[in-house]
Order: sequence, then structure tokens, then C-alpha cells
Amino acid sequence: MHSRLRLKTYILIGIMIVAGPIGNLLLAKGMKQAGQVKFWPASELLLIFARVFGSLTIWIGIASLITFIVAYMLALSVADYSYVQPAAALGYGVIAVLGYLVLHETISPLRWVGIAVICFGVAFIRNTHPRTTDKAGDDAAAPTAKQLATADRSAN
Amino acid sequence: MLEFVLFVLIIVVGTGGELCLGRAMQETGELERFRPGAAASLLWRALRVKWIWIGVGMMTLAFFSLLLLLSFEEVSFVVPVTALSYFVGALGGIFFLGERVDRQRWIGIGLVCIGVTLVLVGK
Repeated sequence: MHSRLRLKTYILIGIMIVAGPIGNLLLAKGMKQAGQVKFWPASELLLIFARVFGSLTIWIGIASLITFIVAYMLALSVADYSYVQPAAALGYGVIAVLGYLVLHETISPLRWVGIAVICFGVAFIRNTHPRTTDKAGDDAAAPTAKQLATADRSAN
Repeated sequence: MLEFVLFVLIIVVGTGGELCLGRAMQETGELERFRPGAAASLLWRALRVKWIWIGVGMMTLAFFSLLLLLSFEEVSFVVPVTALSYFVGALGGIFFLGERVDRQRWIGIGLVCIGVTLVLVGK
């Protein structure tokens, strides 16, 4: 049961740490391709608007960010917020590795150290139980911690 | 003073918004099976929980505060400070969501916080 919970949590966090950074990267790239935003004259703004929403890069970026938020919400349905939020910081490592391997960017040594520290921190968090609270959909046959506490109080 | 208010909005209100999402998902239930139908049904039920909308409102406020702060402060100063949200998130997890954060998880959160700051400073 616990291993199933862990597996679900890992898969959803895995989707988050890939989809989030990719979405941000693509949106940034798409906005740069569209050019500087000018609010006046109105025709200029419309042109930029058409260029932004006519860009495949922007749409893939938006789709990636939607995937990220959906995975985030689903992850929060199975695991603690204090487990998912810091674990999602692995996304900083993913974006650096992607930048290094795909875009051949130079990554400063300090940044590599930071990524190593994040990985170390996530390894600590990974050793804790992903969920320490009861969920609304928990099996009614198995009394939850809250139900047990309530039963104790009413017995006294 | 304005800077301080904006930092509070970004860190506390932004993390508070995410905590509200957590609360909404806690009330909605668990994703039982990895099927698109099950995920869509769970998310649809979550949309009817008030915490989702409170969370979205708070996250929107934090986002615009970040934009405003970035208009007059250096990114290299603003972004590392937002790493504090991991601590605020853990405190919110304990007091708002009733999570149990043990020592090991605290150490992990502290390391993530330091690591994120190093990554952002090292840019």
C-alpha cells in the first residue's frame, strides 16, 4: 500500500519537474521570438498578440504548464504539501541539465553546487513518509487517525 | 516599507495560495488510479471546493506582487529571498493542513532552501 503511494507520488513529481521547467523555457523562448511588447499604437499590440498566440512554441509551453499544474494538484491529492513542494525544487536541476546538454549553456560551479545541495535535501525528504494526514477518500473500513481520536474522546 | 509588504505578499500569500490548493485536494480525496478519466473526475470535483478558488486568487495576487517588486528591485535579490517559501510552506503544512513534519523532513527542506538560493545566486 505504502509502496503504491510512493510510486504514484514519484511519478507525479517526475512529471512536475519536467513539465514545469520545459513550460517556462518554451514560454520565455516564444516571447523572445515574438519581439518586444508595445502597448501603443493598438495595431502594434494586436500584431504582437497575433504573433504570440500564433506561435507553436507558446502553445507547447502553455500545454506543459497546464500539465505541471494538473500533476501538482494530483500530487497534492496523494502526498503532503511539505513533501511535494520541496521535492519539486528538483526542477531547478532539470532546467540546468537541459540547458547544459541541449542548449550548451555554461553552468557556473556555484549553480552545480546548489543543484547537488537540492538533490541531497530531496534525498532526506524522500526518506520520510509522503503522507502524514488523512484524505477525504480514505477507505471507510479502515479507521483513520482522526476517527480513532474522535472515538477515544467519545469513549471517555 | 512597500518592499517588505511585497515580499510578504509573495512569500506568505503565494505559499498560502498553494496551501489552499493542498487543502482543496485533501478535501477532494485521493487519485486512486492512474487513468485520465479518474484524474479528470478528481479535478472536476476539486473545482467545486472553495479552497481552490481562494488559492488561485492568492497566487494571482502574489504573482502581480512579484512583477511589481521586480520592476524596481534586482532579480538577484528578489528571487533568492523567495526561497523562504519552502520554510513557510512547511509551517503552513503543519498548522493549516495538519501534516507532521519530522526532523528529517526539516533538514531536507533546509537543504532545498539553501540549494535553491545557491542556484539562483549562481546564475
